Amino acid sequence: MSFASSLIRGFALLGLLTVSYVGVAHAADATPDAKPYVVKNGDEVDMNTYKGFLYYGDECLRCHGPDGMGSSYAPNLTQALKTMTKVQFETTVMSGIKQVSNSSDLVMPAFGTNPDVVDNLNSIYAYLKARSDGVLKRGHPHHLPGT
Amino acid sequence: MRSFKTKLALGVCALAGTALVGLGAARADDLTQLIKNPANWATPLGNYAGQRYSTLSQINTRNAKELRPIWTFSTGVLRGHEGGPLVIGNMMYLSTPFPNKVFALDLNHDGRIAWSYVPKQDPNVIPVMCCDTVNRGVAYGDGMIFLHQADTTLVALDAQTGKVVWSVKTGNPAVGETGTSAPFVEGGKVFVGISGGEFGIRGRMMAYDEKTGKPIWTAYSSGPDKDIMFNPEKTMFMGKPVGTDSSLKTWQGQQWMNGGGGTWGWISYDPSTNTVFYGSGNPGTWNPTQRPGDNKWSMTIFARDADTGMAKWVYQMTPHDQWDYDGVNEMILANVPVHGKMTPALVHFDRNGFAYVLNRNTGELLEANKYDPAVNWATHVDLKTGVPQVVSEYAPGDQGADHNTQNVCPAALGSKDEQPASYSQMTHMFYVPTNHVCMDYEPFKVSYTAGQPFVGATLSMYPPKGQDNLGNFIAYDVNTGKIKWSDPEPFSVWSGALTTGGGIAAYGTLDGQLKVVDQRTGKLLYAFKTPSGIIGNVNTYEHDGKQYLAVLSGVGGWAGIGMAAGLTEDTAGLGAVGAYKALSNYTQLGGVLTVFGL
Repeated sequence: MSFASSLIRGFALLGLLTVSYVGVAHAADATPDAKPYVVKNGDEVDMNTYKGFLYYGDECLRCHGPDGMGSSYAPNLTQALKTMTKVQFETTVMSGIKQVSNSSDLVMPAFGTNPDVVDNLNSIYAYLKARSDGVLKRGHPHHLPGT
Repeated sequence: MRSFKTKLALGVCALAGTALVGLGAARADDLTQLIKNPANWATPLGNYAGQRYSTLSQINTRNAKELRPIWTFSTGVLRGHEGGPLVIGNMMYLSTPFPNKVFALDLNHDGRIAWSYVPKQDPNVIPVMCCDTVNRGVAYGDGMIFLHQADTTLVALDAQTGKVVWSVKTGNPAVGETGTSAPFVEGGKVFVGISGGEFGIRGRMMAYDEKTGKPIWTAYSSGPDKDIMFNPEKTMFMGKPVGTDSSLKTWQGQQWMNGGGGTWGWISYDPSTNTVFYGSGNPGTWNPTQRPGDNKWSMTIFARDADTGMAKWVYQMTPHDQWDYDGVNEMILANVPVHGKMTPALVHFDRNGFAYVLNRNTGELLEANKYDPAVNWATHVDLKTGVPQVVSEYAPGDQGADHNTQNVCPAALGSKDEQPASYSQMTHMFYVPTNHVCMDYEPFKVSYTAGQPFVGATLSMYPPKGQDNLGNFIAYDVNTGKIKWSDPEPFSVWSGALTTGGGIAAYGTLDGQLKVVDQRTGKLLYAFKTPSGIIGNVNTYEHDGKQYLAVLSGVGGWAGIGMAAGLTEDTAGLGAVGAYKALSNYTQLGGVLTVFGL
């Protein structure tokens, strides 16, 4: 599946205005230091971040727990993203992790072949970064109208 | 052949002080006889009927307060320990989460390790196991111990030495198929199901030859009649033949090929009709708008001929699932009064919050009542059609994709998950470990990629509004269809229950307590805090004339999802501080067996 077609699919799915999506994504990509999310009042987010919340729930929650807080068998991502760069995050998600020894059996799958993850990587990152930065509360966020 | 018989003879000799007449005659009767002797705990659920009841009465309501831990054993594995130990004569057998070690412990020598088995498995299977790397135990038959490994290797181990007798692959982890459930042995066959409902697998029950591992039959949960082993004229649903293509008609296009319907729960057996009973799990993708139709036969109770695999009757509990209410929980077979009439019943406490009572010979639905008052996704089940009356407000499919449906009870983990209930032959009541959790559920479109999650929904979980306990341990009466008593627990009760002829009921808690209560009242008689949270099942056995209780602790599994930080924000505004607290404030990881005695 081409990137363009999957993007279109993503837009159709969420009923987004193309312009607004590009606006957010562009802001995130252009300046690495800029926040990749918009969060107001602790629980209102832009559509890109909201999409990240959904796909986090779809692909990551079963191991990394509600709100990215970790579980008995996978790390807390709100902590992990405090020191991890975006590139490291992307590499980990695409290629996975394998730490298997007598005392550890941590294995994260490679999501590189999963279009739902690949196409929404920026969104998932934005959501987790907002959680990690402490600006987005736990629970189900609301999406800001017009974003 | 010869060597098997020799081993059997050895096994029998080992059963000191127990009268097992005529055991040498027919090997097929081996397990039947072992089950009859209450000194053993010979199958995962204690007997073929799945009752988890023992006639042992040395530990009883009067002396339970004098219980104490006698010995313990660390498995050396950290993750979630479901299932429980088997006891055959002087040997105890137990399995661990990945890497699925099996230990044979010699009860004559304080639990010394007689042998251990550690399979070499590709660790890539770990992340395709839905929620932690649990294994729900081993089965015994004909001098062998059977284990279904995470990587879907079904292996037969010599019960005396631990040597591999045979092994066979039952599935393909590359497409998300894994092994987590305990095998079930009966009549020279080993039955085993498959996990992977979150990866778009196609669930099936499989029967293998106990001696050789040769496949005997495979019956899918969805697909053409031939694959699901239905006879359109003879397989019954709600008193009528199912007709042709009963599964295919309920799916759009080829969606049944990723139809889910995992078979990762428990299996029971009725020798009087030679029938095996088990349930199937959620249909592929949690997004209901993406798979129109009833999605048969996901979420279904199957009654199949044990020899041929042909379905005798079926009953689908949750048509067109919108909540992930897998139907795999144990099928308890008991002859009990239902509305005053003695009934050959199958009793099933489903994830969806209804306690189903069916005539197990005919599949007739007799009763379906809520066993947690919080259940709100359906008002009732129509006993004539078998269909639940769904409440639109709590149906994510009615609300449409990209809509967050709120306050649905129970949550996806169900009013009860795999943790098996117990039927007391003393009180004729059912003792049920339950979850008391609700959720917000938002479905959205996803695509299928082999070996990748196929979920399509996100959810948040919390206790029912205005309440602070996430679980209950209840006594349920199928005669009246009512809860007799209910003991609240701060966390979900995720441990299999036990009842005995001593009048006690026993279960474990997520914060690590082993609790013994009075079957009649629910009154707490004994509690002990084990090293880790308990998601294992409490079993009992007798050795050298003394009765023991045995349970694995080792927190994890789906229950471990709220382990790290609690399910929701721990804010004062919500009250109920205890329930919102993280489980990690109470317990940490680690697999340990604890054996209790007087």
